[in-house]
Amino acid sequence: MANLTLVQAINLALVQEMEKDERVMILGEDVGLNGGVFRVTEGLFNRFGGDRVIDTPLAESGIIGTSIGLAMSGQRPVPEIQFEGFLGPAYDQICSHAARMRTRTRSAFTVPMTIRVPVGGGIHAPELHSDSPEAIYAHQPGLKVVMPASPYDAKGLLISAIRDPDPVIFFEPKRIYRAFREEVPEDEYTVPIGKARTVCEGEELTIVSWGASVVQCMQAIERSNDSIELIDLRTIYPIDMDAIEASVKKTGRCVIVHEAPRTSGFGAEIATQIMERCFLHLEAPVQRVAGFDTIMPYYKLETEYLPDADRIEKAINEIRAY
Amino acid sequence: MPITKALETHIDHISILDEHGSFDEALGKDLIPDEDLLKLYQHMVVCRKLDEIAFKLQRSGRMGTFPQNMGQEATSLGAAYMLDDTDWMVTCYRENCGLFWRGLPMEKILQHWMGDERGNQIDRKHYCTPIAVPIGTQMLHATGLAWGAKYRGESQIACTFFGDGATSEGDFHEAMNFAANLDIPVIFFCQNNQWAISVPTSIQCSAPTVAQRGMAYGVECLQCDGNDIFAVAWCMKKAIESARDHNRPVFIEAVTYRLGDHTTADDARRYRDEEEVALWQSRDPLKRMRTFLESKGLWNDAQQAELDEHAEATVTAAVERAESIETPSRDDIFNWTFADIPEQIATQRDTMRTTSIGQDPSQIASEQATTQA
Repeated sequence: MANLTLVQAINLALVQEMEKDERVMILGEDVGLNGGVFRVTEGLFNRFGGDRVIDTPLAESGIIGTSIGLAMSGQRPVPEIQFEGFLGPAYDQICSHAARMRTRTRSAFTVPMTIRVPVGGGIHAPELHSDSPEAIYAHQPGLKVVMPASPYDAKGLLISAIRDPDPVIFFEPKRIYRAFREEVPEDEYTVPIGKARTVCEGEELTIVSWGASVVQCMQAIERSNDSIELIDLRTIYPIDMDAIEASVKKTGRCVIVHEAPRTSGFGAEIATQIMERCFLHLEAPVQRVAGFDTIMPYYKLETEYLPDADRIEKAINEIRAY
Repeated sequence: MPITKALETHIDHISILDEHGSFDEALGKDLIPDEDLLKLYQHMVVCRKLDEIAFKLQRSGRMGTFPQNMGQEATSLGAAYMLDDTDWMVTCYRENCGLFWRGLPMEKILQHWMGDERGNQIDRKHYCTPIAVPIGTQMLHATGLAWGAKYRGESQIACTFFGDGATSEGDFHEAMNFAANLDIPVIFFCQNNQWAISVPTSIQCSAPTVAQRGMAYGVECLQCDGNDIFAVAWCMKKAIESARDHNRPVFIEAVTYRLGDHTTADDARRYRDEEEVALWQSRDPLKRMRTFLESKGLWNDAQQAELDEHAEATVTAAVERAESIETPSRDDIFNWTFADIPEQIATQRDTMRTTSIGQDPSQIASEQATTQA
């Protein structure tokens, strides 16, 4: 066991998978000698060499497009897109090819690729360095979308993603890259894709969240006198609705918390599925605490935008009043 | 200080067998043995016959949109002929002739355009990637495929095909930049057929050649007469050497012409002159090859009649095979999305014809009433 940050846990997962499987290659902008702008790939270039840890030209579509070819040829590429705001140029390759290749060729060609992407706000970064586009990719059939909220899960989920036979977008909440440490086993282990985690159990209300917002949910729960269950989704798609259903049927109340814009955010999907599965068990309407239908503000106002413990607490109180 | 030249260069244009039948012995001697020439010609004739029959299939409602290859047969065929059978061919959708040379069954191509994904379920032994509908995105896959082979220390290279319009797409430039700077053995093969649906090459590229686009990336560039299979073979030989022996990408611009419409959904008479089409018909790669074979005493009218019959029979048999394939199961909509189908997709599959997809039936009052009754 070692007490690691999320960055260190991801680095450890990469090291172990690269040692175990020669097919694994890392490519992206500044991932080599520099170790990535967040130092997630630190030390890998010296350890595994320039053939396996590759500084590419500055072109996101190129990074993903060549990774698709590498994956089709039998490699296990782990490309990094430096910030979620730069996924745009790679969108076509991700959604027109990576997501569709298995269906298009009836499995003659597949794309086992893990796209690592730092995501979300809260680090006082410039424009297009603080967005939360997970719902966009969850809406694209053929992609798995993962977002850990703790160092332990980050390591186990990344190993699962690299071994997965299909393309995975692995979102890393940059706000908690170094926010706290956690005991992380040095041995390899996996956390399954598609399974949520119950962070704390409760009887009166369920909070569903993912990524960095899980921390704010915990703060709100600590302030509250209610018995609240917190579910960290861990995987956005495929979603673990069974876990949510079991919890909401028990509590009858649910608040969904995410950083991404409210309208058509992934919370909307969850709320609908709760209605489909738990309608007769609901004591109150499902509440959402989310970002707004606006462009993510520059950092002077970003804390106004991000869901915080106050807003979550308000939502809890409102639906407890039903 | 005097002004000096930062760069001075040129691009070779290769023509060996021209439209008038002149053959450059110095360049063309021993490039393609006579017996192979006959096989190549036969492939072109069969491929042309497919265009003719596919057009009729589409018009009679037996097949969806189909892009004819007419006029461009020598390009992909010349390339496929020169590549090793284990080199990747990363095509778009006008390379049937080269794909057939690789042994890809004709019914696969038909099945694809008949709206069945199984047409793209291509046996990996052919080293051909699926038909790429989005324009100009597959060059990056070729770069990755060749990169993977290089990483594993294999001698395999990749050759990717695209049109002049695709050279306007960003991915084309990113692919050349990756391949050049990371020393990846890819051949970028541009079929400059003069038209991207209705838009002429001049709107895609105002430089004197499309070939010179490669120069900006430090890629070796060649231009050839794309209707001259000898010129295509000559360029490919040189390109394969650079790629395989030195990990250097090469860009080939094969100047050709799309004799047909863009697809069966298009009518090229709306935007191009008949004189232009007539000029290019006189440069038809099939006519050129036949005249050359006849001049060498390798071909005669009787052989042609036999070949025409063979082509008709081959295509007709492929159409019969394609049409006799059963419609896929509707479960196939769901079953190929992931290696392991997530529960939610399985539920949608299993309940696709009900009104309560994903719902728990025990919640529904009428259901409860029925159960109680």
